[in-house]
Amino acid sequence: MSESKPESGPVPNPRVTWEGCSVLLDINDGDRLVFARLSAGSTLKIGNKTFSLRPLIGCPFGSLFQVESGKEKPYLSRFVPPTEENNVQDEGGCQSQEESRDNRAIIDNNQAQSLTGEDIEAMRRQGATGDEIVEALVANSATFEKKTQFSQEKYRLKKQKKYAPRVLLRRPFSRSICEAYFKKYPARIGFLRVDALSLLLSMANVTANSDVLVVDMVGGLVTGAVAERLGGTGSVCSTYLGGTPYPIEIIRMFNFSNEICKRILRCSFNDLCSVQNDMGEQVNQHEDVCAMESQSNEKTSLSVSTEDVHLSSKNGDTDLVPENELSTSSKTCKAPKAGEKATKEVIQSWKENGFSSLIVAAPEQDAWSLVKDLLPLLTYSAPFAIYHQYLQPLATCMHNLQHEKMAIGLQISEPWLREYQVLPSRTHPCMQMSGTGGYILSGTRLYTNTSQP
Amino acid sequence: MVKFSICKMLLMDPSKKISFNRCIRDGDLVIVYERHDIMKAVKVCESSVFQNRFGLFKHSDWIGKPFGSKVFSNKGGFIYLLAPTPELWTLVLSHRTQILYIADISFVIMYLEIVAGCLVLESGTGSGSLTTSLARAVAPTGHVYTFDFHEQRAASAREDFERTGVNTLVTVGVRDIQGEGFPDEFSGSADSVFLDLPQPWLAIPSAGKMLKQDGVLCSFSPCIEQVQRSCETLRSNFTDIRTFEILLRTYEVREWKMDCSKVDDGGSVACPPGKRRRQPSSEGSVRDNPSCAAVMARPSAEARGHTGYLTFARLKCMS
Repeated sequence: MSESKPESGPVPNPRVTWEGCSVLLDINDGDRLVFARLSAGSTLKIGNKTFSLRPLIGCPFGSLFQVESGKEKPYLSRFVPPTEENNVQDEGGCQSQEESRDNRAIIDNNQAQSLTGEDIEAMRRQGATGDEIVEALVANSATFEKKTQFSQEKYRLKKQKKYAPRVLLRRPFSRSICEAYFKKYPARIGFLRVDALSLLLSMANVTANSDVLVVDMVGGLVTGAVAERLGGTGSVCSTYLGGTPYPIEIIRMFNFSNEICKRILRCSFNDLCSVQNDMGEQVNQHEDVCAMESQSNEKTSLSVSTEDVHLSSKNGDTDLVPENELSTSSKTCKAPKAGEKATKEVIQSWKENGFSSLIVAAPEQDAWSLVKDLLPLLTYSAPFAIYHQYLQPLATCMHNLQHEKMAIGLQISEPWLREYQVLPSRTHPCMQMSGTGGYILSGTRLYTNTSQP
Repeated sequence: MVKFSICKMLLMDPSKKISFNRCIRDGDLVIVYERHDIMKAVKVCESSVFQNRFGLFKHSDWIGKPFGSKVFSNKGGFIYLLAPTPELWTLVLSHRTQILYIADISFVIMYLEIVAGCLVLESGTGSGSLTTSLARAVAPTGHVYTFDFHEQRAASAREDFERTGVNTLVTVGVRDIQGEGFPDEFSGSADSVFLDLPQPWLAIPSAGKMLKQDGVLCSFSPCIEQVQRSCETLRSNFTDIRTFEILLRTYEVREWKMDCSKVDDGGSVACPPGKRRRQPSSEGSVRDNPSCAAVMARPSAEARGHTGYLTFARLKCMS
């Protein structure tokens, strides 16, 4: 029985796109990932053609679109794959039939295909669909019949991707956003892999009504993932050393409601400690160290936004949309504001109660110098999770925490993730694998008589 | 059965959340930490005692202290009292079945795209390890409906959920999901479905009916043959089918102090590789210092080789 949601206003988990929403476009089954904001004027470039994204507005997430040749120009059309298609390809005669063919006689000399590029263009002009072109290529290939069944499938798929590309409309979620960035621009998120991100959220016990303290130097990915879990309750405080907040543009890709955005707050470390005068000296030291960090971060921040959609024309190389001045319809595409400065009242309440947990994702910083100052802001027995690309800073941090008796249950973990290809008679781990997703130091803050609330 | 657990694991009631001002009270559930691998869940009771190899601990000494405190026994030994979290609970709960651990649990929750307000279906419940974390993820407005065909296990799970305070978010049903599928009342309303069954392919068609469009399913299976059969069945109505393995490698840390009075280019016993503490020497020469210390990390000798394969899939968009 579905729970009736008490909150009025938009459905918290919308499954249909709307004008102005942020989407993730998956082109050709993961070959290319693009973030976009849907509007009447937004477009997508595939190959050397530009397509309007208007047909995507109002469609359910998970819808598939295929490039079709229209009267004037090609367009994206909603496409529902027939279920038989999959059955024939993957099951059919594969397992029962003994494969007698092999590739001993096939010579790879680029001569097998008798259709030329011009022939194909001519077909297109006559209104042939992408699928028809693929079939024509299959029919005109001298070696096709000699190929094994698996090989034939691979060939067909390759041609389909080129001549009838498909676009899958995906919901931006911490999972898909993290995967997209990890694939394309991992450095911007400090090589934080999706399993490492999921561990941070669990180990820090992120749940409704908690107040989570975050040091996010990975573009806002962690702040966004925390806010997503909080679901409009509690708060997430993204803190920063020095005077300039770290960029958290990735938050805009999440399609957060106003309620959630309101709870994403920013506060400088100085302000969090301002009540305690004896913290003043420590704070000054940090400012010097971090002024440099903030500047280098600012440079990367500009290239990580999705105010609008127009992609660069460089052969579709820039898949994650850069901030572009040519935004045609920025008026209708206003993203709700997140990352407002925390008010004095909120800061006071954080100080009185302490934060429920801490997550640090600052791949360029020294873990111990951050943690030793941030831990006192946590309530007693609060869990924390610190992510780093390198092992050594975490080892030093763990050792110091043990030595100072500031925390218990300390553990350094390295997540290991491997994907499998599962197909009849072709099941094995994938050939490619990520070498590292970083390291995480987790633990629980202890109460000591000398701790300051 | 007396309802206890005033200190709830999840912060359902903002006024009861752990904070500087919130101390241990009579009736709270605490996690007693003896060692990183020895922990126990204990319900605090004014008149009770806790006994272990360090001695006798009076609960009355605990009441009024903050969570995270170190408390002493009559013999001078000590333990720590921690506030319960789903992670700690997974480490202390009684194993009625093989359970899922934090690496699989975290990945499943992220990949199933579970957020506050979601409706999640699960089978089997087992020992409730994953269920507790699912409850955390859907709080405060969502719900988890979990099913197990073993009546006693279902009852034990219900007890645990009350103990940890997640019972308002979880409903346990006794049902054979492989044989009967999920109840029709949930058709088209589940955001996510999780299966941990010996023959998940029997439950997959029903799961497909329960899910909303683009909803996500996960099946956990220890054996590759189960995975192959599940994937075959998934292909008709699901897309984006992906199978993973996830493991955690842990590291130990040690400080190594060495006598470094003879450090030169010859192969003397130099400090082990690693980060050296910066010495305040003007020359910058290590020779000036009699000892140098380095903190080093190495992988733990014990490691888990396999838990199970996680297969995820999205319900195809048909309309």
